[in-house]
Amino acid sequence: MKNSLLIIVFFIIGVIAGFFSLLPEAVLENDLSIYVLYILMFLVGIGIGANRSALDVIRRARVKIFLVPLTVIAGTFIGVIIISFFISEISVRDSLAVGSGFGYYSLSSILIGQIKSEALGVIALISNIIREIITLLLTPVFAHYFGKLSPIAAGGATSMDVTLPVITRYVGSEYAIISVFSGIVLTILVPFLVTFILTV
Amino acid sequence: MFNVIMIMTAGILVGVLIRKRQRILKPLDLSINLVIYFLLFFLGVAVGTNEAIVANMGTYGVKALLLTVGGVAGSVAVAFFTYKMFFKKDDHN
Repeated sequence: MKNSLLIIVFFIIGVIAGFFSLLPEAVLENDLSIYVLYILMFLVGIGIGANRSALDVIRRARVKIFLVPLTVIAGTFIGVIIISFFISEISVRDSLAVGSGFGYYSLSSILIGQIKSEALGVIALISNIIREIITLLLTPVFAHYFGKLSPIAAGGATSMDVTLPVITRYVGSEYAIISVFSGIVLTILVPFLVTFILTV
Repeated sequence: MFNVIMIMTAGILVGVLIRKRQRILKPLDLSINLVIYFLLFFLGVAVGTNEAIVANMGTYGVKALLLTVGGVAGSVAVAFFTYKMFFKKDDHN
């Protein structure tokens, strides 16, 4: 939770620095975020590749574990489509793109910003950060009233790392493995889904 | 976009190769956190220099919140049914 708040703080500091032109011209003119994203994606990839528990799960698991990321995708899409009918300025396609971040704010916001518009990118950023925070805060509620898969579903791509500790605490270590698996699958799918939705 | 996928794939391959060295995981995690802070900072800068976006921050925030509530609610709802139908019976507690 502290981590999520710190992330928001850095964002706000960046906004202030940008708004008041507190940085050298070179930094302000060129969007450096894409390069930082490349570094991040590489590191995230290493984390996924080196993760033993995910592979163990696939080996040992029943096929039904694949239902979990599918659940997240289906549920998110349905929910987001319904909402898009209430927001006239955002199309169904745009809403699906934002939803396809599944909490992965860094990658989804930059991709959407590049492919569609900076405005939608910012919406995606804020939306997916909120998704992570909601999961961190409401996991106990979800787990209690909606079953052990619900916090994993809420977390989306974040269920593999950021929200994993809180999820494990409330659904147990058996489901923790499912959480990691689902999070990894979704993390990998985000760039594909976002691009596909916006360019097809 | 294609770059992103290639880079992530490259990372995954490296990750598989260094699998034995589990000691790398903690510094890796810390590095990722640091990089995320940097990234959000630069994203902030990009947003801050864009007057049109700064002016509309409020509206963007509201729309983002609505979309998130929808997405999470939908996920939780479908997860509820998936759990009941496929997972609950195997639970030991």
